[in-house]
Amino acid sequence: MLNVDSLKKGIVIDHIKAGKSMEIYNYLNLDKADYTVAIIKNVSSKKMHKKDIIKIENNIDINLNILGYIDPNITINVIENDKIIKKLKLDPPETVKNVMQCKNPRCITTIEQEIDHIFILIDKEKAVYKCIYCDHIYKKD
Amino acid sequence: MLKGRHLIEPKDFSKEELEEIFNLCDRIVENPENYNKKCDGKILANLFYEPSTRTRLSFEAAMLRLGGKVIGFSSASSSSVSKGESVADTIRTVGCYADICAMRHPKEGAPKVASLKSEIPVINAGDGGHQHPTQTLTDLMTIRAERGSIKNLTVGICGDLKFGRTVHSLIKALSRYENIKFVLISPEELKIPDYIKNEVLIKNNLKFKETKKLETSLENLDILYMTRVQKERFFNEADYIRLKDSYILDSKKLKMAKDDMTILHPLPRVNEISVEVDNDDRAKYFQQVQYGMYIRMALIIKLLGVDEKC
Repeated sequence: MLNVDSLKKGIVIDHIKAGKSMEIYNYLNLDKADYTVAIIKNVSSKKMHKKDIIKIENNIDINLNILGYIDPNITINVIENDKIIKKLKLDPPETVKNVMQCKNPRCITTIEQEIDHIFILIDKEKAVYKCIYCDHIYKKD
Repeated sequence: MLKGRHLIEPKDFSKEELEEIFNLCDRIVENPENYNKKCDGKILANLFYEPSTRTRLSFEAAMLRLGGKVIGFSSASSSSVSKGESVADTIRTVGCYADICAMRHPKEGAPKVASLKSEIPVINAGDGGHQHPTQTLTDLMTIRAERGSIKNLTVGICGDLKFGRTVHSLIKALSRYENIKFVLISPEELKIPDYIKNEVLIKNNLKFKETKKLETSLENLDILYMTRVQKERFFNEADYIRLKDSYILDSKKLKMAKDDMTILHPLPRVNEISVEVDNDDRAKYFQQVQYGMYIRMALIIKLLGVDEKC
């Protein structure tokens, strides 16, 4: 098994659905990071068969809110002094802003310049969102 | 307090606030001349990005009958939109000229965008296949006037339930009233959208039935709300031609309906109600047009917050 050095301080984003880690990397703008980031793909997992993991060093202030929208099964381990000090379970966020675009071709967001693409949570259990402009409904797969 | 508020969808106002508007409308219907100077010095901007006869003229007539003035445009090609101006910039500009604005737009959510940027009240005068709240106020006012109240009714809605924005707004609005049952009559391709079915009908435990048959539904209805199949909402003309004659209400079919059923239609009609039905006492769609103007007068007075006392 591939080993990646453990973290002294930082965040481990665990239980990412296999193949989804690059999506999360992009959402969190980790391409601009000047700290160490490791993406580990297709790790064996008892629960998930295969999973992805992202380790982020020396930064625990990343806004992880959006991850609850991408996949609420993701878990976050906050590490300090080589130890997990907090485990976070993510809920779908109440509002998702500028993460996705409305797919309704009749929605004003398809033509209006520099508009915020905003979706609000209407069913927490099923993670169902709707566009605030045209009410189009989105269910996460 | 309705002064300064926007009307983007029917649920922007509480039932009590709607009742306030209906009560003012009652007073206007009784004595319209008492209100003919209420908006003296005020300007309504009619921003119509797509063609409309009834709604645009209804807003215009309403403001003129209140003693106010109207500015605006009646198609996107005659405005700065043709130069690529955004809705947000248009409303900020118009807000410098007018006191209140009515917006019709082919894109869904455009009046919502305007309301988020506007300093003046924005009224959604129809956005794509989405919402048409002032038609809903008109429909509710007509039902209230013709039936005495808005409760204990079986309401049949027939035709294009997918793209019919008046239908979506009406179902949302009626969902808040006591003991309203819906019979939703449409071809398979034009069924009510999921967001209305799940978010309004199922979520609020409302009684509703979806059917393709108008004839067999008629006998149980207190209200029949007919709609046209909207050519302008189809991307494919062949689909429109296949569906446009799905339902035609005529005198023969009306024999199956209750004697006191109320027939409504947001108009314009194409052929879904035969002209012969116009003479039937149950046909109330031209009264509906009249209420449309009076309710817009009441709405403008309320949103501008002008003195209502006579």
